[in-house]
Formats: sequence, C-alpha cells, structure tokens
Amino acid sequence: MPTLAESQASWPDAIYAHFRRVGIRQVGYVPDAGHSHLIKLCQADPNISDVVLTTEEEGVGLVAGAGLGGQRAALLMQSSGVGNCVNMFSLLRNCGFGCITLVTMRGEFGEFNQWQVPMGAITADVLRLAGFLTYRIDNAEDVDEIVGAGCDMAFDGDLQVAILLSQRLIGRKQWVR
Amino acid sequence: MGSLMLDRREFVRQLLIDRGDLLVVSGLGSATYDVGAAGDHPLNFYLWGAMGGTAMIGLGLALARPDRRVAVLTGDGDMLMGIGSLATIGVKQPKNLAIVVLDNAHYGETGMQASATQAGIDLIAMALACRFRRATAISRIEDAAGIRALLHSGEGPTLINAHISSEDVPRVLPLRDGHAIKRRFIAALDANGRVPAPAP
Repeated sequence: MPTLAESQASWPDAIYAHFRRVGIRQVGYVPDAGHSHLIKLCQADPNISDVVLTTEEEGVGLVAGAGLGGQRAALLMQSSGVGNCVNMFSLLRNCGFGCITLVTMRGEFGEFNQWQVPMGAITADVLRLAGFLTYRIDNAEDVDEIVGAGCDMAFDGDLQVAILLSQRLIGRKQWVR
Repeated sequence: MGSLMLDRREFVRQLLIDRGDLLVVSGLGSATYDVGAAGDHPLNFYLWGAMGGTAMIGLGLALARPDRRVAVLTGDGDMLMGIGSLATIGVKQPKNLAIVVLDNAHYGETGMQASATQAGIDLIAMALACRFRRATAISRIEDAAGIRALLHSGEGPTLINAHISSEDVPRVLPLRDGHAIKRRFIAALDANGRVPAPAP
C-alpha cells in the first residue's frame, strides 16, 4: 500500500484533466489530504472558481447555483462530509441538477482512527439512498476511465454521480508525523 | 411592536419593482411566498426545501454570472441554518450578490417558535465579521427604495437585515415543480444574456 505522498503521483491529474475536458468552472471543497493535489490544480486554474466551504452541504447549494447560471461544478469531500449533505441532496434530485462529487474514503482499509469508521462504513449506502449513481475506485489505473464516464453521465444526463476514492487508492494517512 | 416593523409583502413588492435583469433566489417558506406574491417571474428560483442552502445557491449563481445582479431573499431561520455560508461568501467577495434576510425572529412555518435573532443574535455583526462589504438593517418602509438601489448597484457582498412584522399573511404559492422552475430560469437567462462557454 502506498503512502499518501506516493499515491498522489498521477491520478489527481487524471481527474483534473476531465474537469478541464467537460468544462468544470466551479469546485467546492472541504479539504482532505487525499484531495490536496487536485485542490491545488483547481486553485491554479484561472477558469475555475475554487470555493472553500465551511461544511459540505454548502457545496450542494453551490452546484445548484452554478447550474442556474450555466456553469458546471464539482464537489470534493471526504466520506464524513457525505453525512453532512443528506437533506441538501434533495435539491439536486428535485430540480435535476447534474453533479459530480469525488469522495475520498476514510474509515475503511487501513484506517487508524476508529472515529472515522461509522460514517465511512455507510457512505456508499447513504449516497445511493440519496439518489447518486455511485462508483468506487480501488486502483489508480481505473481513475481516468471511471471519472471520465462519471463526468459525462452527470452533465450529459443531469444526473447525480458520486465516485468514491478508496483508502487503498489514496494511501494510508500517516498517524505519526 | 408590529407597527414599527415592515409589512413583508409590501417591502418585498417594493424591492422587486422594475427589477430588470435581477436574478432572485427565494428561501423556503414565507420568503418564497413573498417573492411569488410580488409577481411571478422566470428569473425567480423558488425554494420549497433545502433549508440553509439559499445563500449558497446565490453564491454559485453570482460566480457563474458576474455580469448580472443576484438577490437572495430568505428568512432568518434559513439564514441561521446556513450561517457558515456567510464566511464562504466573505472569502469569495462576490460584488454582485446581496442577501436580504426577512427577519421576523420566528420560525413562521412551524408555529412561530422564537429564532436566535429574537435573543439578539446579530446577523449584521456576523456579516461584517465575515467581510461583507455592507451590512445594514431596515425597519421603515420609507427606506425600501434605498435598499432596492443596493440590490441593483451596490458593491457586494451585501446583507440586509429587514425587520419584518411577525403578523401572519395569506400564503401565495408559486410554481413548485423543481425541474420546471430550473428549466424556466435557465431558459430565461439564456434568452437574456449569453451563457459563458465551457473552458477550452
């Protein structure tokens, strides 16, 4: 299993390339170590408004507002943030706002902190119950294909798509610095 | 006390007179009824749920369309539930965004329970602490024209704390189909102005 630093080599660039390809113009996020490189890429892009959120549910509103204004938006969060969004997700389904969210998983394979486990264990089910098409990526070589397909489904079909980036993919968070 | 406060329907009506290109997002409950009562408009995005999210929808819209003015009209309960969004908006500093909080210090939909603003929790101080360019209160209808002008030309982000009477007013129920509200809004915005093309 790679360390976090080793795993950040290329797959965030593949996600960012799809953001560029489909014309993502707003990216809302609550930071996660697993998203750190992708966040930097988005911040450096003059065509993307990066919006740091105080809680993930704000990002659901951001996606809807962007959609009303003719822009595409993506959300980056970790699995704990999915739980913060549940009622707000109804906005996406009620109005048919296309949405792609990339969720870095905690509370699973190799987790050192058991406080992450209760939410991590139900994240995929919560997303499915909330109406998201939910895909999971365990291997870096699958990122390009699955994120590409997810972006197309979200914005061609006004669907809600969640892609879970597993803890095996993102690498083990270092407990001792 | 009621007579010293704004009649919510008359206040919102005056805010939205001659609205021109203004884009309006209304929070669930009475704010949506007030905006509907002022006259249905395709550039109204009415919320019937998603409590706490109204201001953030305004931010996403304001960022997407910096060429247009965006007004969020919502209640104190919705604003309080999404109070962290004041910080998020303060970071982005959208010049074209104004939030009008129709503050009756109560949860009107659920039996008029007191909200935090009734205990003196100060939305204006919170907005200013979150680097809003302007935050001001209104309680006299004579001042409505000045607030209307802020929606159309003031440099935001702006928060208006409108002290409205907690008297009950008849419900006015605008469009409720979320897909229809969205499609109508996007179509009207397309017709009124070019939607920016995706990045290359």
